[in-house]
Amino acid sequence: MTRENWIFAVFLAAVLAAACAAPFMVRPYSLEILIIFMINLILVCSYRIPAMTGDWSLSHVVMMGVGAYTTALISQQWELSILLTVPLSAIVAGIVGYIIVMPMIRTRGFGFFIASFAIGEFVRLTWVKFRDVFGGPRGMIGIPSGEIGAIDLFFPVPKYFFVLVIALICLTIMYRLGRSRIGSTFTAIYKDEELAEAIGINVPHYRALAFATGTFFAGIAGALLAHHLGAIDPKNFDINTMVYLIIWIVVGGSATFWGPIVGLIVMTFAFEWSRPLLEWRPLLFGGILIFFLVFLPGGLESLWGKIRDRLAPRGGGGEGPASSAAADE
Amino acid sequence: MALLEIKGLTKRFGGLVAVNDVDLMIERGEIRGIIGPNGAGKTTLFNLVSGALRPTHGTITFDGEVVSGKKPSHIASAGLVRTFQRNAMFPTYTVLENVMLSRHTQINESLLKAILGADRREEQKNLQRSREIIEFLELGRYENELAENLSHGHQRILGIANALAAEPKLIMLDEPVAGMNPTETAMVTDHIRRLRDEWDMTVVLVEHDMRTVMETCEYLSVINFGKLLMEGSPEEVSEHPEVIEAYLGSEEIEL
Repeated sequence: MTRENWIFAVFLAAVLAAACAAPFMVRPYSLEILIIFMINLILVCSYRIPAMTGDWSLSHVVMMGVGAYTTALISQQWELSILLTVPLSAIVAGIVGYIIVMPMIRTRGFGFFIASFAIGEFVRLTWVKFRDVFGGPRGMIGIPSGEIGAIDLFFPVPKYFFVLVIALICLTIMYRLGRSRIGSTFTAIYKDEELAEAIGINVPHYRALAFATGTFFAGIAGALLAHHLGAIDPKNFDINTMVYLIIWIVVGGSATFWGPIVGLIVMTFAFEWSRPLLEWRPLLFGGILIFFLVFLPGGLESLWGKIRDRLAPRGGGGEGPASSAAADE
Repeated sequence: MALLEIKGLTKRFGGLVAVNDVDLMIERGEIRGIIGPNGAGKTTLFNLVSGALRPTHGTITFDGEVVSGKKPSHIASAGLVRTFQRNAMFPTYTVLENVMLSRHTQINESLLKAILGADRREEQKNLQRSREIIEFLELGRYENELAENLSHGHQRILGIANALAAEPKLIMLDEPVAGMNPTETAMVTDHIRRLRDEWDMTVVLVEHDMRTVMETCEYLSVINFGKLLMEGSPEEVSEHPEVIEAYLGSEEIEL
């Protein structure tokens, strides 16, 4: 392992240790925030998978809702273990994602963005309209917290550890996916779609695959949210929540795996600190969004490259990026 | 049977007939040049064959399979790969990464393999072949250079390397020497010949640079106003009065 890898491993171990110690150190309210944070972590990382192909959607939070509603419905019908409801909800969200992306795949860029909003709203409004099944505007209540063996996940500490483990599994898978060959194929589509087709990449197929994979993980986040809140309604998954997701991504950046995570961390702090300014918050967040779009379009993650270039001893000139890319290999 | 058979190929854009009832047969192991003045329909023909455009009429048969109307990725997987007039490559990747990524058709990708990390082992084999392609095109020195930092000439050669990575039976080069200096042009011409001689590849070349065409190709097809004007050896073509008139407005083709 190189020195950089060592630093990284030590850093990860420290984060993990802190995450394990956290429930015994912090107040119950903060623990609540940490649980929501980890659910959002799965959500924000899953958004990056279709974004790797260049597809930014406005339906991702609705897909999270598909996972949440699936959990609510199957918990109502059968007494299934939480170890089954979570993956089942993810599969349903993945399938729904694959179906809704089919008509959208003909569009690109802004067209895709708007089409995904329309289709997402369509899905969301079915929850409002079909009262008998989905409970209408008031949503669904009485979703159990779940239990594993004798451990009741109603209590914050076991719940926290359950969500932590699921989040770690999801993040590891998504990290590997991003660095795998298929991840490079997704990125190739974003970089040059025409060339990607010319070398034999079936672009619509891979875009659909990326989208469905993203909604699969969004479904996991939704299932965890449903179990955590115990009650869900269509407003949980409306465009307001979606805008927060977009802000996390814009603030952090989406070029690397770490960008969305950094964005989420920073904005979670911003969100908590701005609690006293309740009615000013949308204005504040809108300002942050515009600031990043204008002054730092690559997000916070792009600062890292800039800092590294400054600190690099004598990498300078045109050889800088090339030699660092070679070192990464 | 010919490797590539084009029959009655027509493409209309509204009232404009860009390609008009073209028949072409390209045999295995040929280096075929397609020439014609600007706006003759060469690039449209190219886009039709590679699947970027759908023909209005006509059929294209490649290696026994009818490919007209199929997607570019399907045609590429069948073994017919094109390059672009522009410097098409993945600019933020190194030369080696470009070629390895372009070997998509040779690798069975799946999400499961990615998650289990099984694709890493396959990449070793992939790496070996990618290096071979890079060495063949004499890009070995730039293996770890970012594509965007290469010179124009090397970027264009990388475009050919990316196409070769898909292991084509037939490679279609769209103006491979455009904007190159004489040294680079000579290098590419040499690469094209070696591709056929050493790797048994069939090459179709669309080119403006007459000198390159004459030196590289054994057989030429001349297109004008979307129609096939004539076919023949470079000598026959360059002496044909209609070609001279179409191509240069009745001046001599300068060799």
